[in-house]
Amino acid sequence: MADAPSLTRGRAGPDVAAFFRRYAALAALIVLLAFNFAVTPHFVSLQTLNVNLTQVATIVIVSVGMTLVIATGGIDLSVGSLMAIAGALAPLIFLSPFGVAHPALGDLLAFVLPVAVVGLLGAFNGWFITRFQVQPIVGTLVMFIAGRGIGQVLTNGNLQVFHNPTFQFIGLGRVLGVPFQVIVMLVIVGLAAWTVRRTLFGRHILAVGGNERAARLAGVPVARVKRWVYAISGLCAGLAGLVVVSINSSSDANLVGLGMELDAIAAVAVGGTPFTGGQASVIGTLIGALLIQLLRYTLLANGVPDAAALVVKGVIIAGAVWSQQRGRTA
Amino acid sequence: MPTSAPLLVMRDIEKRFQGVHALAKASLEVQPAEIMALVGQNGAGKSTLIKVLTGAYGRDAGSIDFSGRPIAFASPQEAQRGGISTIYQEINLVPFRSVTENIFLGRERRRFGLLDWSRMNAEAADLLRRFDIAIDVRRPLMDYSTAIQQMVAIARAVSFKAQLVIMDEPTSSLDEREVEVLFDVMRRLRAEGVAVVFITHRLDELYQVCDRVTVMRDGRTIATRPMAEVDKLHLIAAMLGRDVEAVRGHATGFTAAAGPAGDEVLSAEGLRIGRRVRDSRLDVRAGQIVGLAGLLGSGRTETARAIFGADPPDAGSIRLMGKAITPREPADAIAMGVGYCSEDRKADGIVPDMSVRENLTLAILPRLVAMGVVDEGRQRAIVEKFMKRLAIKASGPEQKIRELSGGNQQKVLLARWLCADPKLLILDEPTRGIDVGAKAEIQSLIRELADQGLGVLMISSELEEIVEGADRVFVLSDGRTVADLPHAQASARAIMAAMAHEDAAATGEVARG
Amino acid sequence: MSLESAVPAGPARPGAIAWAAQQRVLIALAALIAFGALRYDHFLGAYNVLSVLRYNSMFALTSLGMAFVIMTAGIDLSVGTTAACASVVSALLSSYGLVPGLLGGLGVGVAVGAINGFMVTRMRILPFIATLAGMLMASGTGLLLAHNQSVSVSYDTAFIWLGQGDVLGFPVPAWIALAAYVYGSVVLNFTSFGRYVLAVGGGEDASRLMGLPVDRVVFWTYVQSGVFAGLAGVILAAQFGAGQPAEGVGWELFSIAAVVVGGTLLTGGVGSVATTLAGVLLLGLIFNVLNFENGLGWISLSAYWQSVVRGVFLMAVVMAGSGAARRALRTA
Repeated sequence: MADAPSLTRGRAGPDVAAFFRRYAALAALIVLLAFNFAVTPHFVSLQTLNVNLTQVATIVIVSVGMTLVIATGGIDLSVGSLMAIAGALAPLIFLSPFGVAHPALGDLLAFVLPVAVVGLLGAFNGWFITRFQVQPIVGTLVMFIAGRGIGQVLTNGNLQVFHNPTFQFIGLGRVLGVPFQVIVMLVIVGLAAWTVRRTLFGRHILAVGGNERAARLAGVPVARVKRWVYAISGLCAGLAGLVVVSINSSSDANLVGLGMELDAIAAVAVGGTPFTGGQASVIGTLIGALLIQLLRYTLLANGVPDAAALVVKGVIIAGAVWSQQRGRTA
Repeated sequence: MPTSAPLLVMRDIEKRFQGVHALAKASLEVQPAEIMALVGQNGAGKSTLIKVLTGAYGRDAGSIDFSGRPIAFASPQEAQRGGISTIYQEINLVPFRSVTENIFLGRERRRFGLLDWSRMNAEAADLLRRFDIAIDVRRPLMDYSTAIQQMVAIARAVSFKAQLVIMDEPTSSLDEREVEVLFDVMRRLRAEGVAVVFITHRLDELYQVCDRVTVMRDGRTIATRPMAEVDKLHLIAAMLGRDVEAVRGHATGFTAAAGPAGDEVLSAEGLRIGRRVRDSRLDVRAGQIVGLAGLLGSGRTETARAIFGADPPDAGSIRLMGKAITPREPADAIAMGVGYCSEDRKADGIVPDMSVRENLTLAILPRLVAMGVVDEGRQRAIVEKFMKRLAIKASGPEQKIRELSGGNQQKVLLARWLCADPKLLILDEPTRGIDVGAKAEIQSLIRELADQGLGVLMISSELEEIVEGADRVFVLSDGRTVADLPHAQASARAIMAAMAHEDAAATGEVARG
Repeated sequence: MSLESAVPAGPARPGAIAWAAQQRVLIALAALIAFGALRYDHFLGAYNVLSVLRYNSMFALTSLGMAFVIMTAGIDLSVGTTAACASVVSALLSSYGLVPGLLGGLGVGVAVGAINGFMVTRMRILPFIATLAGMLMASGTGLLLAHNQSVSVSYDTAFIWLGQGDVLGFPVPAWIALAAYVYGSVVLNFTSFGRYVLAVGGGEDASRLMGLPVDRVVFWTYVQSGVFAGLAGVILAAQFGAGQPAEGVGWELFSIAAVVVGGTLLTGGVGSVATTLAGVLLLGLIFNVLNFENGLGWISLSAYWQSVVRGVFLMAVVMAGSGAARRALRTA
């Protein structure tokens, strides 16, 4: 019975219900867009598009890393804190005497170093989890708590205000009218989707999450794969941290990335990546984040208070995960 | 046996799963205060029969009388209340909780509305004392050995005023001394008038403690005899469905080897792994199918996993392709040209949500990569070649493997290793749970591969497979290699005799101290 | 044949190791208190003790509810925002008196907990996601009711006594937390419900086979967690004189950390109420000690070091515990 052959399910033509469940988030997004076209005043404008995409970019960047982590059956609670560290480091570098004396080199280092440091901290998460066989929730909770403290200690809790157009291009610049961080977001989404689909690393991620024992017996380097996904999640968080402080023209380690871990997890959940691991839908995560963002925008634009949008968001997350689960077990 | 009214009569039980008979005309009769052995190969229907009795499954036909009344339990809990308690192979207790709690969960004793720990502890201790067990009942269950945990499960069962206790392979993780203790408890239960149904794969044990034995095969009850009237050889023959003297005709897809064996690809000696394997040895040459026979629990799978690096051995030496190497990780063995298909496809083989293509190429993926990117053209070519060659039935390479039948899943897993062009392939129960047609296909494929120079180590519980397929047979018994037979001498009788050799082996153990 | 011979008496006692891990927390707490008492003049002074107790009583309550949920192998991310929402509701109702304010806060907790429990047991949504949704719902509701501002508590009634009053020289919130822990201890150790919580977390399938009402037990742990979070919200409002809809961010993860430090396994099945309180106090006192140390003037560490120290502390606890837990599971 366990091996019950069910050739029929895979072969039967397009199953409408399954199709809908699979693309439920996308369908909801389209419905929401249509609703806005019809109802929301001034919806059809480049301005609206840019506002929404700018707001969603950092969430998407972080969520991409989170998607990979969740695809291995893990979770990363530390992303918000890692954002704070990266956001604290960058101004420290280009505002330092060295950074001021050598602006070009200072700005370059302000990009590279924070992301690299945070990537290493992510790798530390992975090492901690694999070496001590700690549950990912606890393993990354350590960095969640300590990470923000590190950011605060670095800046002594002070707000760092700055004006550095070169550095801030990542958050404020535009290329052909498109906000630069949106381009970064799209590149990362594309890169991750391609990685999952086409590369050895991507296939190993899914194999580890899908059946760790089988993956090991097929020669997959399980621990190494896990360490890398947490490192990548760290790199994404670092990049997102830089974007956030650039937009704000200031860095506040107390606030940068606060609550981001749950926003990212929500986007992944709505996007249809199951928390049991073994599947990763990077595009789905993008759609999930867009859906949550657009929903909030729609409610706000139509006079519903932000607080009510939170409640709706909660309902959407539960509903999305519930329907996906039914889709999978049906 | 006494002629009193039987305690349990199960007659002509039928059970179908999706039209396939799991039980057909199965029956079981147990007297009060009797220890009844229930034996049979994997898939013979023992567990299904027990589950029908305890209400875990419904039945499609047949009657069950217990204590003279017809019964139909809806759930194991209801059966427990009705006087039938089951002790499962994996102990179904909560290891973190105390012994007392594990006995009283679900029917706690209270005083003034709060739990009365002193009374529960005292009652639990009393209960265990009946079995001569004096332990601190307040300590967590997991502090104690598996044997004690087993006893606690039995004590819980008995405390429900059970008239019949079913033990489903309770000894599989016990050592000899612990088994002795368990048998003591079983005899004590019998003395108190409780009947026991004892399921085990270790045949020696039956003779120590059982009054009668019921043999099942292919969902039917083959025979019920007093234990003293059957010898072990006949018992094995009955379980396997083989006549001790006669050798039936060709029953598998195997043919004779095409040519002589080549160079040695594997040699293992003196392997010791955990409790199960004490001294196993074997060697395999290129172009040879080597059969590894033994009853369940004889250490076959453990030996295979050690060779593959999945659970490195505690002692012993391994030579792969002529080099002395003890793999520490499967990746090491794979790099040496070894492949391993595990017996548990679901837990250790397939990645269920991945496609046939992904599953098939999982092990060779690193070789299909340029600059980290999978060469999908080559991947597809390989997948198509092997899907065709192994006649894998799927809607296409992109179908998820979990949607395939067991036989086709197994072919994909075989292909996973074949496409790596290995020199040694270890197959653990390659045809278990696979329908007859696919079985013969897989068997002839294994022969074909060996003829092309592959060394094959094949573990199988099916005697036909070993007798007809293997060019050389090693027999494991109780963690030791007890026989090494060339094809010509590897008759069913010889193999069974070697399996039954356990007594001698046990004596050897004592002598060695 | 006697059975004792089959018992491997000796060092291989994983249960004892888990027990020792819980004892370690108590020892660490005692050591930290002793250290503080010897090193700082006013560490055990009434002012310091009372303010530590007053402030940590809220975390103690959310952590207690969390501990029960985690013992069932679940998790509750909604405790912080439930407290925030409850603080708003109780503040709004505080003008009607102490009891309506209190009941209002508890009612919020029951509602959120029931929704969480329903999602987990009926809709079969993973606790992490289900309570994430519950967290957002509670947060949004609180902000809606409060119109995004803090809601002033009525000072005409006895309501603020719940946060600022004293009984026998001890702050009322500390008494409430103490009562909650006594209740929790009794429930865990002396009622069937408590035992089922641990049994379900230690082996859900085994518990089902034993006929335990698994879903009902899990449901009530979430309701209970909601109630304690609601109580924390009432104290929050009464202590600071206002319902604070934006408070509570990060409380859930702090509570999880306290529970883990207290020796409760996130995998469920093992836990203790008393050591959870020790975990809360340990994490709380790290901040306190840091303040005193700065006061001595030898070093000058910013208050922000507390998070780093807490994180490192959690890591050390996890590393110390991981060996024990793994050994335990291997033997089981």
